[in-house]
Amino acid sequence: MKGYFREFVKGIIKENPTFVLVLGLCPTLAVSVSVINGIGMGIAATFVLLGSNIIIALLKNIIPDRIRIPCFIVVIATFVTINEMVMKAYSPVLDRALGIYVPLIVVNCIVLGRAEAYAQRETVLNSFFDGLGMGVGFTLALILISAIREFLGAGTILGYKLIKGFEPAFVLAMPSGALLVIGLLLGFFNVLKNRKI
Amino acid sequence: MNPAQFLTIFISAVFIYNVILSRFLGLCSFVAISKETRPALAMSLSVMFVTIMSSIITWPIYRFLLIPFGLTYLRTISFILVIATFVQFVEMVIRKISPPMYRFFGIYLPLITVNCAVLGVAVLNVDMFFVGSKAIPGSFYYSVFQGVCVGLGYTLAMLLMSGIRERLDLCNVPKAVKDFPLAFIIASIMSLSFLGFNGFRF
Repeated sequence: MKGYFREFVKGIIKENPTFVLVLGLCPTLAVSVSVINGIGMGIAATFVLLGSNIIIALLKNIIPDRIRIPCFIVVIATFVTINEMVMKAYSPVLDRALGIYVPLIVVNCIVLGRAEAYAQRETVLNSFFDGLGMGVGFTLALILISAIREFLGAGTILGYKLIKGFEPAFVLAMPSGALLVIGLLLGFFNVLKNRKI
Repeated sequence: MNPAQFLTIFISAVFIYNVILSRFLGLCSFVAISKETRPALAMSLSVMFVTIMSSIITWPIYRFLLIPFGLTYLRTISFILVIATFVQFVEMVIRKISPPMYRFFGIYLPLITVNCAVLGVAVLNVDMFFVGSKAIPGSFYYSVFQGVCVGLGYTLAMLLMSGIRERLDLCNVPKAVKDFPLAFIIASIMSLSFLGFNGFRF
């Protein structure tokens, strides 16, 4: 049980996909305008990660080594399509807000990276917890970035106004704000990492 | 089909919605390979080639296969499969035909399969040039032209970035922001200047 817990936790801090591995940045930056979009994207990516990790761990003995990447992509694309259809049916507003970044989960490096680096040689349960941990780590990173951007760029969190009379800096809601926030956060985490050693 | 539409596509794909600085597609390769100009140029040219080809290939698939059979929900799977196969094929052909060209481009080609820009342009074409699962007049030409322009936008951002980073090598920057973080901060300033093109909207 302890082993599974370790697999789960490592994705959140030690191997955080966004801040430590620096993977899957396209959706991170594009959808982090508001916290609710960030959470939606995080859940969608977690679902795809879990599904693809489990299926690939199950099929690892059947998939031939030489054509493994196309096989992985088919598995991942299947889950992305399921995700797309569910999202269109049950939450069309979120689907419109995330736009083309929903089908683009298929080329998110995190998902393919975990399949290649982890799921294809581990057991199903380990892969399940790895996928869950990575998904939660990704979601938390998205929430952090989008909270900073939504608060400073629009003055709200989850649509609620926090401080009266706060004049938001609109630039943080623009694309350049996303790049600035991720750059500064990466620098900040670098400082933390160097201090520990 | 009207010529003004081409101008609109050009300006919006290269400047206003620049594939990297505004849409954030292909960001991983942008940060990883923009340290020097030469590899950056090779990567950009490969990306441009693949975005053009992916626009050319995915349009008929969507128009003649997915729409008539009511399978539009399969677009993600079919597009990514076709693009991945195509890239693999091109890599094999280049390796066979011209080893020097393979050394120049070849190593970047596998990376392009998972480059968001390539799948992104296919999905964008479908979103923009098909209305209610019907192709608008001239949509094939628009799609291909958008492929060209997205590639141009990628090249522009990549060249600007690699030029700046080459000079930064000689500067003394704080250790904490060395490499990736600084690249993002520069990209942010570049994106801010590209924001000026928003006034072009027509």
